[in-house]
Amino acid sequence: MTEAQLIRRIVKPVLWVAGLGPLAYQVWAFLTGHLEAEPVKGMEHFTGRTAIIILFITLTITPLRRLTGWNGLIKVRRLIGLFAFFYALIHFSIFLVFDLELSFGDLTKEVVERPWITVGFSALLILAVLAITSPLAMVRRLGGKRWRAIHRLIYLAAILGMVHFFWSQKKDIRLPLIYATVLGAIFAMKLFLARRRPVSPVPAAGAG
Amino acid sequence: MLIRKPQDIPSREITDERLFWGRREWLASIGLGLVGAAGLPRSLRAQDSLKPDSYDTITSYNNFYEFGTGKEDPKENAHTLKPRPWSVSVEGDVKNPARYSVEELFRGLTPEERIYRFRCVEAWAMVAPWLGYPLRDVIKKLEPGTKAKYVEFTTLLDPVQMPGQRRGVLDWPYVEGLRMDEAMHPLTLLVTGVYGKPLPNQNGAPVRLIVPWKYGFKGVKSIVKIRFVEKEPATTWNIAAPNEYGFYANVNPNVDHPRWSQAKERPLGQFFKRPTLMFNGYGDQVASLYAGMDLRANY
Repeated sequence: MTEAQLIRRIVKPVLWVAGLGPLAYQVWAFLTGHLEAEPVKGMEHFTGRTAIIILFITLTITPLRRLTGWNGLIKVRRLIGLFAFFYALIHFSIFLVFDLELSFGDLTKEVVERPWITVGFSALLILAVLAITSPLAMVRRLGGKRWRAIHRLIYLAAILGMVHFFWSQKKDIRLPLIYATVLGAIFAMKLFLARRRPVSPVPAAGAG
Repeated sequence: MLIRKPQDIPSREITDERLFWGRREWLASIGLGLVGAAGLPRSLRAQDSLKPDSYDTITSYNNFYEFGTGKEDPKENAHTLKPRPWSVSVEGDVKNPARYSVEELFRGLTPEERIYRFRCVEAWAMVAPWLGYPLRDVIKKLEPGTKAKYVEFTTLLDPVQMPGQRRGVLDWPYVEGLRMDEAMHPLTLLVTGVYGKPLPNQNGAPVRLIVPWKYGFKGVKSIVKIRFVEKEPATTWNIAAPNEYGFYANVNPNVDHPRWSQAKERPLGQFFKRPTLMFNGYGDQVASLYAGMDLRANY
């Protein structure tokens, strides 16, 4: 099996199953009454955490590629990144439907008046821009250099997402602290690798 | 006078959830005959809105940081609490300052069942059939002096029984307080049971406060000290985040928490919200306590 076949026949199907797993779990919990006593809050927390975790995984692709020397990894980065956006979008949609009852007036008020919502919403907008500019046609249209500059916003999205997570906690910040530690480690690894070796041109978003 | 504390009630007399409902259905069926068709839908609706949540819901979804910050932590961890024997120290400007056993504290008083709306500051809501004693009856027994303007309540401080206290997530022990007129209000309850059973540990055994027109965090649990004081007590959540949790903490749809709106609330188990009621629906009885006060400043 060639590398392209391996990615197409095995790696990507596995990623699709893994990526849809959290959603399947929520649907199962919804249908069988396994959501917690505050079902909406439970779903919001779950999908928000899922989005952050997948975003972190997206960030580890480039360092892993450098460490393992397997360039095939870059071909699945876009798919993983899109799953991060997918869960952020579900997270936001639950808030919009069940908390704001689709009132866009209320949404504006929340985004303008509550800084932690402003921050989370900004992260979502960034991920939306990255998703829209993810197809290969967009990479070609923008040119590699500009595309890479835009897609560096993923770091900002990760930081804003974490600020939003911290801010959402009432008092106990252990969980976001663990997440922040992981993000710090990812950033440190990236810095270390970038210093050790000059950035080699990344075939943006890959061909698949 | 017959003394009836939850722990004295023989088990055959304790209402289980099924009988509890049976009794209400029976009452409703009588009402059905009396009220007739015309008045029925409205009266049924009114009754529906105060249909208690299940025993399971009330006792497995709790904010009780002394046993962990997750809502399901208290039920899992509160077995380490030993609610019997239990004593409450009565201090401050009061005629009989002393350490009372729970039995002594309520001696001569009759427990009452009160079905109250419960509104958490986090914007979730439930209805619970509490069993308890009006705080005013206890206060009258204790005879506070003229300098007693506020009542301060303190939760047990014991990291062995309350493992959550090993972490400094809040300033332990948990302290709450009421103005004397709030404490003397007939709705204010010292709760010792729910659904006719002794209060489970995770709900604040053996005795907790319930002030139905205030946010749930005012309902200090596992009380070991009641102090009559002249100045407004420093209360735990107010110390932790003064801009988010005030001393008064009256349920108020018009005053938002800085991070979320209080205009609506979500009943446990439901997906959509409903409007929050001023003073949690007890405005007729309690609004006069706050006449002339700026509720936006005194949140």
